[in-house]
Amino acid sequence: MELSPDETIFWEYGFININLTIVTTWALMLILVISSGLITRNLKAEIHISRWQLIFEIIVIMINNQIKEIGLEKPEKYIGFIGTLFLFIGLANLFIIFPWYQPPTGSLSATAALAICVFLSVPYFGIGKKGLGGYLKSYLKPTFIMLPFNLISEVSRTLALAIRLFGNIMSGGMIVAILLTISPFIFPVVMNVLGLLTGMVQAYIFSILATVYIAAAVRAKAIK
Amino acid sequence: MDDLTLIAVVSIITAGFTTAIGTMFPAIGEGRAVSKALGSIAQQPDASPTITRTLFVGLAMIESTAIYCFVVSMILIFANPFWNHFLQ
Repeated sequence: MELSPDETIFWEYGFININLTIVTTWALMLILVISSGLITRNLKAEIHISRWQLIFEIIVIMINNQIKEIGLEKPEKYIGFIGTLFLFIGLANLFIIFPWYQPPTGSLSATAALAICVFLSVPYFGIGKKGLGGYLKSYLKPTFIMLPFNLISEVSRTLALAIRLFGNIMSGGMIVAILLTISPFIFPVVMNVLGLLTGMVQAYIFSILATVYIAAAVRAKAIK
Repeated sequence: MDDLTLIAVVSIITAGFTTAIGTMFPAIGEGRAVSKALGSIAQQPDASPTITRTLFVGLAMIESTAIYCFVVSMILIFANPFWNHFLQ
């Protein structure tokens, strides 16, 4: 049985291959980009706006409020990254409704890539806000003995992000597959619905944790 | 017993035990977290959105240890490196 969409390969050359994860990821990216381009073509600032613009405004305002509640004052700088994480992972898990769809987040390589993006974004935003010296000095807080522990915690929480998302989505699909062989059809359907719920919750968790890590790196020195 | 049989037996037993024990303790932890959250919501219903959000984040963190155990069991059953090594 296939453990992940990585194993369905369409084209191979040496060690480079086009597998189902890559194809699904690009299809999701196309859907997101094309729909956003179409809907935001004529943005209006009146009372009566199209319902698609309304949906987008709701999503953007909700994500902005979430980021502000975590503690980042100007959410406009971070919503590009965090909002994209939430929308991509949410859409990838939402399409489990469709038959013959394998979510790309069920492959460890895709979730590891997303976790590495978060790992690289923390110093990016931290250095942008505090400068290189200020950011590196934050590793020595509260005392300089904590330096190895801070470094280890950086690596381990990135790993935890990747494996959490991968494990949740992969286990959902595997449970449905195993239940299909041994039980009446109602139970795999109910487990699929549960998989949808955990998929959306995991998308929210991923972006909230990314926000918390960035907020911890960007937080001004006013916490003394 | 030759090597292959021994690896198979130990892998299967370990996979079963990993899932069995590894899902008990996160479940206990999550139950306590939810009960505390319900108590706080009952005491302060207007803080309910913050409490609910923090509860879900906390549950996901606790859940991830159970997921680690599940992933180890899956590796032992489906992608066992020792099995593949001895099969060649």
